Amino acid sequence: MAIKPGEVTAIMGKNGSGKSTLAFTLMGHPKYKITEGEIEVDKTKINDLAPNERAELGIFLANQYPAAVPGLGSTSFLWQIYKKRNKNKTNIIEFREWIETQAKALDLNLDLLKRGLNDGFSGGEKKKMEILQLLVSNPKYVILDEIDSGLDVDALKKIALTVAKVAKVKKIGVIIITHYSRILKYIKVDRVHVMEAGLVKESGDSSLVDRIENTGFENK
Amino acid sequence: MIKDDYKYGFSMPENYVYKSQEGLSQEVVLKISTMKKEPLWMTTFRLKSYEQFVKKEMPTWGADLSTIIFDNIHYFVKATDKTEKEWSDVPKEIKDTYDRLGIPEAEKQYLGGVKAQYESEVVYGSLLKRLSDQGIIFCGMDEALAKYPKLVKEYIGKLIPPGDNKFAALNSAVWSGGSFIYVPKGVKVDLPLQAYFRINTANMGQFERTLIIVDEGAFIHYVEGCTAPIYSTDSLHAAVVEIFVKKGARCRYTTIQNWSKNVYNLVTKRAKVEEDGIMEWIDGNLGSKITMKYPAVVLAGRRAHGEILSVAVAGKGQHLDAGAKCIHLAPETTSRVLSKSISFDGGRASYRGLVQMVPGAINARSKVVCDALIMDNFSASDTFPSNKIYESEVTLEHEATVSKIGEEQLFYLMSRGFEEHEAEAMIINGFIEPIAKELPMEYSVELNRLINMQMEGSVG
Repeated sequence: MAIKPGEVTAIMGKNGSGKSTLAFTLMGHPKYKITEGEIEVDKTKINDLAPNERAELGIFLANQYPAAVPGLGSTSFLWQIYKKRNKNKTNIIEFREWIETQAKALDLNLDLLKRGLNDGFSGGEKKKMEILQLLVSNPKYVILDEIDSGLDVDALKKIALTVAKVAKVKKIGVIIITHYSRILKYIKVDRVHVMEAGLVKESGDSSLVDRIENTGFENK
Repeated sequence: MIKDDYKYGFSMPENYVYKSQEGLSQEVVLKISTMKKEPLWMTTFRLKSYEQFVKKEMPTWGADLSTIIFDNIHYFVKATDKTEKEWSDVPKEIKDTYDRLGIPEAEKQYLGGVKAQYESEVVYGSLLKRLSDQGIIFCGMDEALAKYPKLVKEYIGKLIPPGDNKFAALNSAVWSGGSFIYVPKGVKVDLPLQAYFRINTANMGQFERTLIIVDEGAFIHYVEGCTAPIYSTDSLHAAVVEIFVKKGARCRYTTIQNWSKNVYNLVTKRAKVEEDGIMEWIDGNLGSKITMKYPAVVLAGRRAHGEILSVAVAGKGQHLDAGAKCIHLAPETTSRVLSKSISFDGGRASYRGLVQMVPGAINARSKVVCDALIMDNFSASDTFPSNKIYESEVTLEHEATVSKIGEEQLFYLMSRGFEEHEAEAMIINGFIEPIAKELPMEYSVELNRLINMQMEGSVG
C-alpha cells in the first residue's frame, strides 16, 4: 500500500476488519506489535519509532475515540503543538485569533477551547478538536480513523470540506478509514482499499466506493 | 543525625560542633527562654509543654516515625551559627534547581540556609510601612512576643494546646521564629503577604510558630514557603500554625513545602472560624522524607466556611501523609476538601481526613474529594477518610478516585509530537490544575515546572 502526497486513499471494511488496528499501528500505539512487514515514511523505516518521532516525520492520526486530559487547557495544548510543529512562529495573540476563526468555521463552541482537552466534550466536539489539532500540526500524511462516526450531516460536511481543502493546498497524503461512503461525497478519492480480517481484500479507484454503496462489502 | 541515606553525597562536619547541645532537657528549654529574654509566663509555657512532650506517646498511626531519635536533634541553634555554613556545602542538586528556576543569587543563598539577607530591603521596608499604616502587625514571632506580649499571650496555644499531640508539645517547648500577623477590623490586604517579606528575620526555622489573627471583616492572604527546595541540615521540622478568623473575616493561607528529602515534616495547623468567616488552606507538599500534616478548620460560628485544598507529590523514598480536618460546631457551616496526590518512583501518598459534625450543627454541609494519580507499579496511594456525624440534618459527600497514568492519554499526547516525559507532565499539570489555579501566578508556574523537573528525574 502506498500513500502519495496530495492523494486521498479510502480504507473501507466492516467493523472488526482491522482498519483501526492499521491506523494505530501506523501511529505506533504501544498495544500493537509489528510481527511482519515494514512501514516507511519518505524512505525512513518507522517500525521502531515512538509516536512522537512519527509525528515529527509528519504523520497525524485523527482518532476515533480521542482521550480526554482534564485540566490541560485546549487552547494551550493547540499552541504547544503549533510551536512544536511549525517553523514560522506567530505570537500567541495572533494564534488565538486564528484558532478561534478555525473553530468558528467548524461550528465549534468557543467556550470549549477554554476547557480541559476533550474534557466533557460530545463525540462530535471531540472530532472537531481533532481537526483543529490537524490544522496546527502541519502534517504530511493524515489518517482519519472513522472521523465520520457520531457526526450529524452538517458537521460531517464541514469537517470533510476542511480536510479536503487543507490536503489539497498543502499536498497532504490522506487515509480515510470508514465503513460508510457518505464522507467520500465531500472528498474526492484517488484509491480505495477494502479490508477484511486484517488484510486488503480488494483495491481499486473511486468506482469501488459506488459499488460498495450499492451492494455492500459482501459482493464479489 | 537521623538515619538518612545521604543521597546528596556530602557530609557536614559542622554538625559535630553542636554535639554538646544535642538532646532535649528542662535545662535546654530554660536556656532557650533565657537567651531570648522572654517573660516568665512564656518560660512556664515552655516548661509545661516540655512535660507534655515527655509524657505524650508517639502517634501509632500515619507514617513511620520510628527512626526519629529525639536525643540526636539540635533543639537550639543560634541564628548566627547558621550563617557560618558555606554556600559550597549546599548540595549541587539544589543549586541546580535554583538555577533552573531562575532564582537570584541572594535568594538562593538564603534558601540554602547560608545567609539571611536580601538586596532590596528598602522595597520591603516600604511595604512594611504601608502595612503598619493600616494598623497591620506583621513581624517575626519572637519580635511579637517582645513587642505585643498581651496579644500573643491571649492567643498562643489556645487553639492548639501543647497537649494536642507530641509534636505540638515539642514545638511549644522549643519554638523559635515563625510569623505573627494581626489584621485589624475591616482591613483588607490586597497583596498576598509572603514570608520572605521579612526575610532578614530567620523565618524558616526548625520549630517555627505562627499566629495569625484576622479581626472582624478583615481579609488576608499569607504565603509561606517557596517552591524552591529548602535545604536543611536539621532533619526534624515540627511547626505549629494557629489562625483566628473572626466574624465575617477571611483568611487564605498558602503553603508550598519543599524541604530537602532528609526532613521529617510534622506540622500542626488549625484555624478557628467565627460566624460568616472563611478560612482557606492551600497546601502543596513536594519535599521531605516524611510529612504528616492535616490542616484543620474549626467552624465555630454560624455559616462559617472552610476549604482545604492540597496537593502532594511523593517520589522515591517519600511518604507524604497529608489530609484535612473539618470540625463543624455550628449550624449552616460548610466545608470543602479537595485533595490531589501524585505518587511516582516508589513514593507513597496518603490522604487522611476527618469530618466531624456535632449535635446542633443543623444543615451543615461538607464535600470531600480525593483524587490520586499513580505513575507506576512501584508507587502507592491510600485514602483514610473518617466521618463522625452526630447530627442528622446534615449533608456529607465523599468522592475518591484513583487513576493510573493512562496508556491511551500518553499515546494520544505523544502522537502529537510530545516526548513521553512532556506528555506525562501535561497530564500531571492538568491533574493538579484545580489547585494550581488557586495559587499566586508565579507560584503556580513554579509548581508546574518543579513537578516536571522532579518527573524528569533531574532533581534529587
